[in-house]
Amino acid sequence: MVGPEPSLVDQRIIAALQGDLPVTAHPFAAAAREAGISEEELLDRLREFQKRGWLRRVAAILYHQRAGVTANAMAVWQVPEERVEEAGRRAAAFPQVSHCYERIPYPQWPYNLYAMIHGFSEAECRRTAEEISRAIGIEEPLLLFSQKEFKKTSMEYF
Amino acid sequence: MEGKLDPVDRQLLTSLQKDLPLVPRPFFHLGQLLGLPEEEVLRRVSNLKEKGIIRRLGGIFNSRGLGFSSTLVALRVVPEELEKVAARVNHYPGVTHNYARPHPFNLWFTLIGRRQDEVKAILAEIRQFEGVLDILVLPAKRIFKIGVKLDLVKPSEDS
Repeated sequence: MVGPEPSLVDQRIIAALQGDLPVTAHPFAAAAREAGISEEELLDRLREFQKRGWLRRVAAILYHQRAGVTANAMAVWQVPEERVEEAGRRAAAFPQVSHCYERIPYPQWPYNLYAMIHGFSEAECRRTAEEISRAIGIEEPLLLFSQKEFKKTSMEYF
Repeated sequence: MEGKLDPVDRQLLTSLQKDLPLVPRPFFHLGQLLGLPEEEVLRRVSNLKEKGIIRRLGGIFNSRGLGFSSTLVALRVVPEELEKVAARVNHYPGVTHNYARPHPFNLWFTLIGRRQDEVKAILAEIRQFEGVLDILVLPAKRIFKIGVKLDLVKPSEDS
């Protein structure tokens, strides 16, 4: 880990923000009370957290299926090592892609580029995967749709 | 889907997924951007939470930045044992997402732990679960994009 570790106050702030903020005019004031600091102090600390790379953002996480985005697929490609950087950037540029990673391949699993594709149907996800394949010049993506969601939650760090 | 989302809800959701501004009255600020009074933003957001469209409104932390270790894991599980293994995997608080996918590697989950050795210890336990035939530990080597920010403004009409 680079940089300082979260102090006890920092841990209290993270604990207050890893859950659900109230939908009120001053949502951060409630979190600040929980952490035992002022609203202003909390907002300053959160900006500092972002600079340190601890906090990506404060935002809404959706149940996409209930918002109508009913299909999601994990698409994977076998990309030669020297082309991964370029291919990853191109795949990540698609708005239908929420996450894009390079991961190490295995003999029994030779894929190394991963993109999570979301769409309003499976057909739409397949079309997106084909477009990405063309854009990165790698054929034959493997698409794994989610058959069943066993768990979807957020991490409780502290 | 429970209840249709109107265009204003879609705009609001698209905006809220990107970020809630770090200011004392973020919903007022959001309303300014979308041309809505604060009260209407609050009413709509509450409604979207009640409907279960918004799962959570809060901080999205970088587990690695906080010194935690995280990885994607795939298991090849005897199909008859899949539900049982999934439930046992879910039992770990560091498992945040867990899906069945149609492939010989049929169970896919993400695991976050305080340190690398904690993650390793959990994986060693899971490897021993009855019905688990093979395991792939797939930590990210490079991150090209992270964060679910889907455009809900224009649902496609043709599919």
